[in-house]
Amino acid sequence: MRFGVLQFPGSCDEVDALRAAERVGEAELIWHGDRDLRGADAIVVPGGFSYGDYLRAGAIARFAPAMESVIEFAREGGPVLGICNGFQVLCEARLLPGALLVNANRRFTFRQLELEVVNASTSFTRACVEGERLSIPAKHAWGRYYADEQSLQMMHERGQVVLRYAAGQNFNGSLADIAGVCNEAGNVFGLMPHPEHAVDQLTGGSADGLKIFQSMRLAVDGAAV
Amino acid sequence: MRARVLIRPKQGILDPQGEAVQRALPALGFSGVANVRVGRLVELDIEEAEQLAPMCDKLLANPLVEDYEVQLLDGSG
Repeated sequence: MRFGVLQFPGSCDEVDALRAAERVGEAELIWHGDRDLRGADAIVVPGGFSYGDYLRAGAIARFAPAMESVIEFAREGGPVLGICNGFQVLCEARLLPGALLVNANRRFTFRQLELEVVNASTSFTRACVEGERLSIPAKHAWGRYYADEQSLQMMHERGQVVLRYAAGQNFNGSLADIAGVCNEAGNVFGLMPHPEHAVDQLTGGSADGLKIFQSMRLAVDGAAV
Repeated sequence: MRARVLIRPKQGILDPQGEAVQRALPALGFSGVANVRVGRLVELDIEEAEQLAPMCDKLLANPLVEDYEVQLLDGSG
């Protein structure tokens, strides 16, 4: 199984994403100007500040040549994980519902968080169990998830709310405590916290983030059989 | 032609920046200020005005969370 990790000017978490992916499979970086995804089985759109977050976070990265290929890959059912800025990019590309707004506390905030797995049947959470708590750090200024009421209701009904902040952990003011969502087809997933930073107890506070990458591996291996 | 695009957070969406500005004004002695909303202004020269709306929908604004208003300015502006 091979992960492709995108790299934009202004990305800063792509190497951690690469290292995390390498714990469960092969992985390589894909430069934003490159349309060729080089046969990747899954794509990671990493965190950082692509194109300086100019205009809105993710608004310009969405039009990168590599993203055009990722959009096509996603439409064909390929698994795509967006972390933090990657989540913002996937929302701007309309691969995921909703948008991310400036934190309600207006501050760039970094903390280790407790997340709750709401849906453990997705390609990104199948190594977890429903209701399980994951300890994963978050660090962002624009992470307040927003979707209109009708979309939120549909997302809840369809199991698209995959992760939520545990009680007392929603520092950014996300609606319905939403930390991570998937698309209707279930092959595109975005979250604000950083699973790639939590793959080793020594440096990440936990290794819970690895479960996201392991889930993707399980999904790809399952699909290949 | 010169065009101006005003981009605002949609009604009902929390605008923490506007709230911060609103709280700062009384501290400077300005009273009676309410409902402060902070948006964005984009000015551009454009040959075909009909391109402005798709430009706003695709890039300049995020229609899920922002409203935009286009103003065409005369040549002297």
